[in-house]
Amino acid sequence: MTSTSSTATQVLFDAPGPKGRRRILLLSVLSVVVILALLAAAVWQFHINGQLDPNKWIVYLRVDYLAFLGRGLWGTLKVTALAALVAFPFGLLLALARLSRVKLLSTIATVWIEFYRGIPMLLVVYAFLLALPAFGVTFPRFWMLVIPMILVSSASTAEVFRAGINAVDRGQHEAAAAIGLSRRDAMLSVVLPQAVRLVLPSLILALVTLLKDSTLGYVVSYNELQFQGKTLVSITRYLVQTYLVVSLIYIVINFLLTRVALALDARMKARAAAS
Amino acid sequence: MDAIRENIPLLLQGIGTTVALTVLGYVFALVVGTAMAVARVSPIPPLRWAATVYVEIFRNIPLLSLLILIAFGLPDVGLRLPYFWCGVLGLTLSSAAFVCENVRSGINTVPIGHAEAARSIGLGFVGTLRYVVLPQAFRSMVQPLVNVFIGTVIGSALCSAIAVQEVTWVTQTLNIRYAQAVLMFLVAGAAYLVLSLGGAAIGGVIERAVSPGSGRERSKAGAALDVTAGAQA
Repeated sequence: MTSTSSTATQVLFDAPGPKGRRRILLLSVLSVVVILALLAAAVWQFHINGQLDPNKWIVYLRVDYLAFLGRGLWGTLKVTALAALVAFPFGLLLALARLSRVKLLSTIATVWIEFYRGIPMLLVVYAFLLALPAFGVTFPRFWMLVIPMILVSSASTAEVFRAGINAVDRGQHEAAAAIGLSRRDAMLSVVLPQAVRLVLPSLILALVTLLKDSTLGYVVSYNELQFQGKTLVSITRYLVQTYLVVSLIYIVINFLLTRVALALDARMKARAAAS
Repeated sequence: MDAIRENIPLLLQGIGTTVALTVLGYVFALVVGTAMAVARVSPIPPLRWAATVYVEIFRNIPLLSLLILIAFGLPDVGLRLPYFWCGVLGLTLSSAAFVCENVRSGINTVPIGHAEAARSIGLGFVGTLRYVVLPQAFRSMVQPLVNVFIGTVIGSALCSAIAVQEVTWVTQTLNIRYAQAVLMFLVAGAAYLVLSLGGAAIGGVIERAVSPGSGRERSKAGAALDVTAGAQA
């Protein structure tokens, strides 16, 4: 991604001459001034409302507060990992079912996938939180968060796997048929191993989505990071500080995961281009 | 059914709010996101950096965290917005990051020769983008932008967590009052499915309208595995 974008960037404008360089410099200085002014306005707004008081920030260096948020982060990671461990294989099965020649199987899978891709996860969470208890079915809070995550993620990862399977070169199917493999064997031992490798970056991004979805623990009151932040707010009353810290933790984790996914993608594209 | 018949105005209001959140958030996101994408490929380094930082922040923050920060955090620093506009702001900021990424990868699908040709006939940065690159890039962007729209539809449900009375909020409130769970879920689910599918259908019409001859094959190949398009919620 990065390499292509930088070449495109270089090609969209000429190497600037002396006049162009002066203009770019002028616009650069101007935009720096505007950006700094915006940042300064934000800091000023914090200041006049007394939110820059060091006492309101220093608490996030205290061990017990950090441990409290750390427990939330542990909850977030636990929920995300478990949901991914179930949802990814499940998504693969759904993709295979959707591609299956058995009409009934592929219809069921298609309906399942389109349904869970089309409705918000919050609605599924409410089904577990509000609707099912009315029928006498209750789950612990942990599962009220994890099961909706699995259901929604299974649908989107199924589409990821399907795209991966379709992206495997047709010749691979034909070659597998030519050496006498059945359709199922060809899928299992020739196509799938390649498809899974192809979709690895997309799966990491699905992990990012799961991590974001886990914030709905806030709604079901499960002790993940966002809900832990809410609890912390009710103790300290330092609202904007707490939610900024919490959001920053999410941003850093997701940023790193996205980087890994993009690096992996770039490496695979480079290798494909080389061969 | 009584639960629905007695509350039709309330339900319609909820659906209307969801539509308003989605449409406003999406349209603003298109504007902001395209501006960010232009900034990211511009010859002005500080603009490039600022747009990159913007995308990395708003692509990676969970939408719920962002909405909570806007709705409950901003009043702490003296900025009070009605909850509805908090929702629109959150959806805009988040979707704009995804629009930006898709516009940027759309720009990258235009062969470099076209930009070079545009420069060789004397067009500058703005002219190259405006007359040559963006109109072509738009074709390959229709499908990804439809996905951003569906992401905005689904994301709008989270606004119920900050007390915006959209369709999820309305149906769940009625659900508590009438204990008509199945019915209420059908209403809410149908509203979201119609919105998403409607958006996808309009996108399909636009895509056919703008694609010349072989365009369909090309967009199919492009859609095969675009990693950056995913991961929106």
